[in-house]
Amino acid sequence: MLLRLWLKEVFALSKKNASVLAKQHRAGWIYLAPASLLIVVMSFWPMIQAFLMSLKTGSSANMQWVEPIFYNYKRMFADKLFIRSVGNTFLYLIIQVPIMLVVAMLLAQMLNNKDLKFKGLFRTCVFLPCAMSLVSYSLIFKSMFATNGLINSVLLNLGLIEQNINFLGTTSTARAIIIVALVWRWTGYNMVFYLAGLQGIEYSVYEAAKIDGANAWQTFWRITVPLLKPTIVMTGIMSINGTLQLFDESVNLTSGGPANSTITMSHYIYQNSFGDFVANFGYASALSFVVFIMVAVLSAINLKVGDKRD
Amino acid sequence: MTKKGRSNIQRRLIPTYIFLTIVSLISVFPFYWMLTAATNTSLEVARGKIIFGTHAVENFTNLLAQQNLWGALKNSFWYAGVQTIIALLICSLAGYGFELYHDKYKDKLFSILLLAMMVPQVATIIPLFKMVSSMKLLNSVWAFILPAISTPFLIMMFRQNSRSFPIDIMEAARIDGLSEFKIFFKMYMPVMKATYAAAAVITFMNAWNAYMWPKVVMSDNGAQPMPRLIANLAAGYSVDYGVLMMAVLFCSCPTLIIFFILQKQFAEGITGAVK
Repeated sequence: MLLRLWLKEVFALSKKNASVLAKQHRAGWIYLAPASLLIVVMSFWPMIQAFLMSLKTGSSANMQWVEPIFYNYKRMFADKLFIRSVGNTFLYLIIQVPIMLVVAMLLAQMLNNKDLKFKGLFRTCVFLPCAMSLVSYSLIFKSMFATNGLINSVLLNLGLIEQNINFLGTTSTARAIIIVALVWRWTGYNMVFYLAGLQGIEYSVYEAAKIDGANAWQTFWRITVPLLKPTIVMTGIMSINGTLQLFDESVNLTSGGPANSTITMSHYIYQNSFGDFVANFGYASALSFVVFIMVAVLSAINLKVGDKRD
Repeated sequence: MTKKGRSNIQRRLIPTYIFLTIVSLISVFPFYWMLTAATNTSLEVARGKIIFGTHAVENFTNLLAQQNLWGALKNSFWYAGVQTIIALLICSLAGYGFELYHDKYKDKLFSILLLAMMVPQVATIIPLFKMVSSMKLLNSVWAFILPAISTPFLIMMFRQNSRSFPIDIMEAARIDGLSEFKIFFKMYMPVMKATYAAAAVITFMNAWNAYMWPKVVMSDNGAQPMPRLIANLAAGYSVDYGVLMMAVLFCSCPTLIIFFILQKQFAEGITGAVK
């Protein structure tokens, strides 16, 4: 239906007799219609449906309204596993994001030094982890940290441990490995943003600061950070957004284990809809709507904080 | 600058070099380990052997025996290729329309569309799964690409980069009697080659690496892409590390090749929408 309407417009546009301005006006809308419609149908509409579904229970064909209507939302507060998945996700967020962004900024600063040699080589190396798919690197880390894996045999040979450690079978080390893996995969990614931002700052600004007697520390906080603020806010939003949606790592690196102690929110929602648990689309939708609100609220806070420091 | 001054600067940079070298080694090591592990037996990998072995062929034949490697590779190339072409066409048209034909209604629409960036993937998979399955598209390339062909990120990237497109030549072209569509295909597309390249690299990479959505809608063994194949290999009770790393190597090869050949475009694609 919509497609036919759109095609009609396209034909009208190719006709000769329409006035030039009307044609241009139409052309603009025709260009952006397919993409806009797709976003509405593939993002906004499902979001509304997810909310409606969150007030129901069941899966696929036979879904019924729950009684009372917000039961699914009430249920999650008593759901220990969901609370734990929220806790895990925020633990990863709070530890990993600051470490990653600070290291990325440090690397960008170093690589922006015009006296540095082998710049291209270093940059390529640091950036390289971005070329690996999330599933691939999760499996590589899983194999390296396996009970009969590389890290264990190295530690054993060095005499640092007496017997193999079950890294992925112990809650604390499994969480730590997820964080290490995340930092490995995403630091170079963020570094690219900072490097692009730094290269946009005129060298003369630094020169002037030097003449005024500012040391490196002052230059960084008084010049670099304010000028890079939009980039820093954006990498912050992207990292928060990405970490709140962690899935591939939780599924492939630790499988959420041991005993679901490292499971993330997305992984838990997946388990409740398409995974190993009893499928309940209604409850899973309620959970996912909560994730949506968390992402929106945290992004808004980040934007606000970024604005204030002007 | 004198020679002495220069060597002084380099001397002061020694801590920087050390730090960068350590970070580089950490960044590269898992790749090196993947390569060596793919040539060793599972037992050697577990023992911590990190030099190249002689079992590459054996691992490769075992992999072929266990999984439909060529099928998954073909699927991945097909999905990622189709997604890249359609996404680029649709999003570049939109970015072009939003920037060069902009008025206040279109600007408003654009800022609404940007909100889609905040919609988490996991929040839409259930309704999208129902939609796709009711359209009988499960396990088809359409199921794979539909949610990913129009993204606010790509539209924004094309919109931002369209700012440098000279409006004067559009006027000149109109006076010469070129239709609106011809202006897009004959003038805009060639001028924006660099943006298309960057957008293509990032879209292809994302499609190649997609995991959660294909896990839901491409459940048929014959339809599975590479990331699912390696995830399945690793999910077994006893994992053969040599075979697994051989598969991971195959999954990573295309993206690594793109990375090394088109690193500049990749970096631009990542930071694309920021200007």
